[in-house]
Amino acid sequence: MADTAATADTTLVHDNPSGPDGVRRRDFINVAAVSAAGVGGVAVLLPLISQMNPSRDVLADSSTELDVAAIAPGQAIKAVYRKQPLFVRRLTPAEIQQANAVPTGSLRDPQTLEERTKSGHTDLLVTMGVCTHLGCVPLGAAEGEAKGDYGGYFCPCHGSHYDTAGRIRKGPAPLNLEVPDYQFTSDTKIVVG
Amino acid sequence: MSFPWARQYQPSNGLMRYFDEKLPLPRLVYNAVGAGYPVPRNLGYMWNFGVLAGFFLVVQIVTGIVLAMHYASNAQVAFASTEFIMRDVNWGWMMRYLHANGASFFFIVVYIHIFRGLFYSSYKAPREMIWLLGVVIFLLMMATAFMGYVLPWGQMSFWGAKVITGLFGAIPVVGEPIQVWLLGGYAPDNAALNRFFSLHFLLPFVIAGVVILHIWALHIPGSSNPTGVEVKSESDTVPFHPYYTAKDGFGLGVALLVFCLLTFFSPNLLGHPDNYIEANPLSTPALIVPEWYFYPFYAILRAFTADFFLVPAKLMGVLAMFASILVWFFLPWLDRSPVRSGHYRPLFRKFFWFGLIPCMALLFYLGGAHAEEPYIMLSQIATAYYFLHFLVILPIVSTIERPEPLPTSITAAVLGSDREAAKGEAAEPVAA
Repeated sequence: MADTAATADTTLVHDNPSGPDGVRRRDFINVAAVSAAGVGGVAVLLPLISQMNPSRDVLADSSTELDVAAIAPGQAIKAVYRKQPLFVRRLTPAEIQQANAVPTGSLRDPQTLEERTKSGHTDLLVTMGVCTHLGCVPLGAAEGEAKGDYGGYFCPCHGSHYDTAGRIRKGPAPLNLEVPDYQFTSDTKIVVG
Repeated sequence: MSFPWARQYQPSNGLMRYFDEKLPLPRLVYNAVGAGYPVPRNLGYMWNFGVLAGFFLVVQIVTGIVLAMHYASNAQVAFASTEFIMRDVNWGWMMRYLHANGASFFFIVVYIHIFRGLFYSSYKAPREMIWLLGVVIFLLMMATAFMGYVLPWGQMSFWGAKVITGLFGAIPVVGEPIQVWLLGGYAPDNAALNRFFSLHFLLPFVIAGVVILHIWALHIPGSSNPTGVEVKSESDTVPFHPYYTAKDGFGLGVALLVFCLLTFFSPNLLGHPDNYIEANPLSTPALIVPEWYFYPFYAILRAFTADFFLVPAKLMGVLAMFASILVWFFLPWLDRSPVRSGHYRPLFRKFFWFGLIPCMALLFYLGGAHAEEPYIMLSQIATAYYFLHFLVILPIVSTIERPEPLPTSITAAVLGSDREAAKGEAAEPVAA
């Protein structure tokens, strides 16, 4: 018979190099199938990872309005912003002077008091009450609490000292107390976040 | 997988024969912890602690599942539900105290197990894989214990969670998003509590899985022993059952006595009173410390107070803390002495007892102390010595030291000579 040779050959049609570079159809199907499965697998990972990010209710809870009129010089209040403490402090002239007297070059995280407050309101220091070391709440906002070696805030967990502008001066914390995004909506009201 | 003289499983009745043919589970148990596993005849009580660790893992899983039946992982009610377990649930106080102190005991026996391994160089070839799996188990235990401590939602729970997740914030650039991602918020709250509960339930079973690998890897070369000399002949070994089931049983009895003493007479001795105050995000406790078993690593974390080679102090502390455990992964290759047991290594022994052990004891003490002088400086010295021991002293000592002569065999170490064993066996034939 004429096609005896063809039937004896066990090579299937799609095993034959048919492409211009000798690429078999089966190779193409293998690569395509594994790639599709791989992309699909990675795509499923995204929701699995992303579900751990803050949910909508947590994000919705992320701005705080405050009336700062009642804070007398030398006084501070603790508020809550994003479920974390927020310190709002009215500086006394002596504290402002103390903060301005420090050469910024000598600081670990160089910033002036002007840069850390809003213009026209340099006596109002708004910072997070979260130590930049490992997140403890520093002391110094409430009456009678230790204010540390530099008269600002003191974190009891690992001994970080902040000055009257909330700048890190001593201890393991790497940065100044964070100044959150905030705006004055009137002379006595601020909105944080 | 075992010595050629290991006994083979003989089903004692038709039912067991039938079972063994379909699923050789009885055979597996017989070969793993029965008479089919030949073990060096000279093991001391230091070799009890692996079995004890396994026992306390079971205690934790059993009491933990019971607690999960009554606990509510919602930040609004978690603290109250813990008190509900203590006051209203039948035997709830006992389950919780067993679980809390069981965690401490799990760590006590694991620390002794690790230091047994360090003194007798159990990490050396051919047992590297057992050691590496052991370090993995230890890391998993730390993660599990940390998340478990958060669940009662007391002050220490909350602030512990904040400080530990804050560690990830030290990573440059991606640190803060990672921290927010881990917590599901900007501070520990409901989202964090729920995921910690879920993972705290899961991880013990992962630990159980790695424990199976740990024991599997152990059964390939067989147990090490106090001389560090490998098993050479049948007279060097005895079957695990009944010899070591009895010895482990005795050790377990002693451990349970101490465990019950603590759990029933001083259940809060190892805890912190602050954790009986409900979590308050606006007030930090005067002293935030983790549970005692994390003290050495916490001391290393806090030892870095100044920037170090351009690396910020905070990041450096975090890196050092992780490195202090990761260095154990390299131990099989850092210690170059061919001799295993510390009993035959005069110089190593001195550095172990008078260097590493006091250093660890000091770190344990400092981790629970206030972050002030002289504790900070002492932490820095102890941290430096800790790394010096593993990275410099151990490699050098293991190269220059001249070990003492080893016994020719385990039998010779026990009986004086190998011939004594032959005499004993002739006089008192072992039942087959």
